[in-house]
Parts: sequence; structure tokens; C-alpha cells
Amino acid sequence: MHIPDGFLDTKTAIATSVFSLTAIAVALRRLKNNLEPSQIPLLGLSASFIFVAQMLNFPVIGGTSGHLIGAVLAAVLLGPDAAIICMTAVLLIQTFIFADGGVAALGANILNMGVIAVLGGYSVYSIIFKFIRSPRGTIIASIFAGWFSIVIASIFCAGELAWSGTSDWSVIFPSMTNIHIIIGIGEGIITGLVIAAIYKTKPAILETSLIKNYSGSRKSIIIYSLIVGTSLLLLVTPFVSEWPDGLESVASALGFDVQAKQVDINIKLLSDYSVPGLNNAIIATIIAGLLGAFFVFLLALVVGKILIQKTKNQTSS
Amino acid sequence: MRHDFIDRYSRIESPVHRLPVGLKFISLLFLIITIVTVPGNLYLLFLAILVFLLSIVKISKIPFSFIFKRLLLMEPFVIGIAILSIFQPDGLSIFLRILIKSTLCLLTIIVFSNLTRFSDLLNFLKKIRMPSVLLNVIALMYRYIFILIDEAERMQRARKSRTFTENKRRYWLMQGSLIGQLFIRSYERGERIYRAMRARGFS
Repeated sequence: MHIPDGFLDTKTAIATSVFSLTAIAVALRRLKNNLEPSQIPLLGLSASFIFVAQMLNFPVIGGTSGHLIGAVLAAVLLGPDAAIICMTAVLLIQTFIFADGGVAALGANILNMGVIAVLGGYSVYSIIFKFIRSPRGTIIASIFAGWFSIVIASIFCAGELAWSGTSDWSVIFPSMTNIHIIIGIGEGIITGLVIAAIYKTKPAILETSLIKNYSGSRKSIIIYSLIVGTSLLLLVTPFVSEWPDGLESVASALGFDVQAKQVDINIKLLSDYSVPGLNNAIIATIIAGLLGAFFVFLLALVVGKILIQKTKNQTSS
Repeated sequence: MRHDFIDRYSRIESPVHRLPVGLKFISLLFLIITIVTVPGNLYLLFLAILVFLLSIVKISKIPFSFIFKRLLLMEPFVIGIAILSIFQPDGLSIFLRILIKSTLCLLTIIVFSNLTRFSDLLNFLKKIRMPSVLLNVIALMYRYIFILIDEAERMQRARKSRTFTENKRRYWLMQGSLIGQLFIRSYERGERIYRAMRARGFS
């Protein structure tokens, strides 16, 4: 999901940089109040850990393999502020040392994977965890949040590319999001597996996020929500208003060559994930996303149960 | 440790390597911003930048093959995203424009990352007042990435030598617990490092 240089135009690069800089500033400020000096090495090592975890491959189908992004993993282990800083450090090193992701696109990459994935994923995590307060809840919530973080980051990524005029929204949104609805399942499961493994050996780490959460400051939570909200408004909603609604959309999709051709391409590329019978790829994508969310949540419940049983068996035997 | 493959040539001696970091960093930003913002049909300008970068590689004694290999390694990602831009009116020319621009930017970053020692870059970032928490994180990160890669490789080797049959589902479980273990070890290592830092007068 690393956007290289040359894909974003100036306005998008500047807007995304402003958003991510604000988020980093808020995170640093919140950390300053909470971070004990003894936790600086932990923060650095966690950043290296995320970097190395991203390098470890998981075999998927055939010869392909996937890997972790780790935004939710970092947020669950360290808390959202520290996660934003760790992801930022990871992306900085990837950009300047490994040439992975562009310099001009750095703001956008940090926004997608370091800010939106962390904050979006972590809020979903906290909501689910509120309902299932148990180790099993931690695993279920992190699986679902892991999936969600990837999907939301890909939507932002699509929004940035479309706003730059690099790609058409009706092409980039369905293709990016559909692929990541699938990829996200991997992210969710890996996050769950890792959390389960840590729970098995050192449950104390998971009791609280390691770097204490600063619940006192309502202001920063508001600022975080504002960052997510305004970036969403700016990047994604301009295209929402262009979405034709209901029957009209089907008619117009049938009516125009260009649009129909695009839908064709999408169906060809992603025939498995598009809901047949709906001609509008965008609406199909949204439905696929909702179905995906439902499916992933069920999956999270099942996997969470299995992993916890496994842990119990092993500790009792 | 044998993980110096990334910026191996950042530590050699040459006139370009001796230039001040600030100058190199600002030229990097300037070059990237120029490439990204100018209209896509200024082929002469792009050619000039290419010649400029290649002559810097020549002066700095970095082997061309090394730069070329790094470029090839990253190119699939560029093409992967660029390909989506074909599906729109006038898509092909947008595709080409993006391809040229991002390849050139990629080359710029690869050349730059092999011209500057990381420690010099850190000093520069300190001078331009990067927040100290972030600076510390980056400094520690660069130091420990390689150690953690080694650690992960050792763990993978240990696992491989104990598994006779490779099973995909088990592989996922084991890879997951490997990452979990890696975090626990990083966590414990972090505590040791802090004690060592304190013992040497860090405050």
C-alpha cells in the first residue's frame, strides 16, 4: 500500500502531509505527558519489531504470500499514540533507506498506514473490547480491527489517488477496496495469532497497553477525531456525492459506454468479490465490504474461540 | 551481522560523500519536488536529471549494477499501482507520465540513501529540531532492525530444523507465535537497553 512518488499531485501531497503532521504532533504531545524515560528504548525496539514483522511472509495461495502491516498490532500492544509514532518511524526508514514509498507521498503514506489505520483500527478494537471484556475479547477485537484497518487505509489510498487525478474513482475504489477486503483477512488473522501467542507466554504485556493511555485529555481525542473526520470529508466524500442512487444508477451504468467498460474491467478482475446482478461496481464494493465485515466478524469469533481453547489446553497439560 | 545490503555504499569515501548532509538532503527534496510538480511532458528536463544522477553515481564510485538492482527490486510496486491509471480516458499517457516520474524519484532516493551515512543524517535531523522522541525512536530503530532480523532468522531456522512436514495452517500458527515471541524478546531487550543506557549516564 506504499504510494511511490509521482502518483499524487501537489494539493493532495500537501493536504495529506498537513493531516499526518498534525496527528504526529498530537501523538508526540500526548506521549510527552505519559512516556517514562525507561520506555524510549521500548518505543524504538517496537518500531524495529514492526519493521521486521512486516518482512516475515505468510504463504497464501499458490506461490503468493502476504505480510503484516501491523498498525493494529502496535496500537493494541502500545496504545494508539505510541503506535502512530512507531508507524511513522517505520515509514520514514522505509522511505529514506529502502526507497519503499515516495518522499513526496510520505505524508499520504503516514496518513493511511500510520494514522488512519491506527486510529480507525484502534477505535473499532476498543468498541468491540468494551462488549467482550476477556482475553478472548482481545483476540476477537484485534482480528476484526486488523481487517478494518487495512480496508479503511485502502479506501483513503484510493481517495488520494483519485483526488490527484491519477486514477478514476470508479476504477480505483472498487479495485483497491475489493482486494484489501481480502488482504485484510490475512492481516486480521495474523494480528490475532500474534496477540494469542503473546497472551500465552506473557499475558502481563496485554493487561494494559504498555505505554499508558492518557484518558484525561479529551481535547486530543477531539483533535484525533477531527483529523480522521476532515481527511475523510476531503478525500472520500467528494466522490460520494457523485454516486448515483438506486435505480437511476443501474440505468446510467447501462447507458454509458465508458462506465460500462469500467464495470466490465472490474468484474473481470474481481469477479469473485463483486456481487453479481449489480452493475455499479462502487455499490457492489460497498456491499462486498459490508458482507466482508460480517464474515470477518464471524471468523474472528470462531478463531478467537479456537485460539483461547488451544492456549488453555496447553497451559493445563 | 550481514545486513548492510541496504545502504552498503553510504560509508565509502568520495567527493560526493564528503559534501555536507544538509546540502544533500535539500537537493534530494528539491529534485523530488521538481520531478513531481513539473508537467509530465518535459522529457528534456527528466533526461537532464537522469544524466545528473548518473554522473553523481559515477563520481561517488557506487557500482551502477548495485543501483540498477535496487531500482529493479522496487519497480514492480510502481508498475502495480500505475497500471490502474490506464483505465480512464487518456489513461496511457497518464500511465507513462507516472512511470517516468516515479522511476526517476526512486532513482533519486536510492542514490541519496547511498551517499549519506545514517549517523550524519541523524545529526542533521537533530539540528533541524526533529522532536527528540521521534529522533530517538529512529536512531534506535536503525540500530536494532538488523539485530531483530538476525533474531527472527535464528528463530525461523530453529523452527525449520524441528519441523518435518510443512503444513500451511501450522505454518501460519507458528509464524504468528514467532512474531509474538519476537515482540516479547524486543520488550525484554528494551528493558536491558534502558538499564545499560542509565549505567552509561543517559537521562
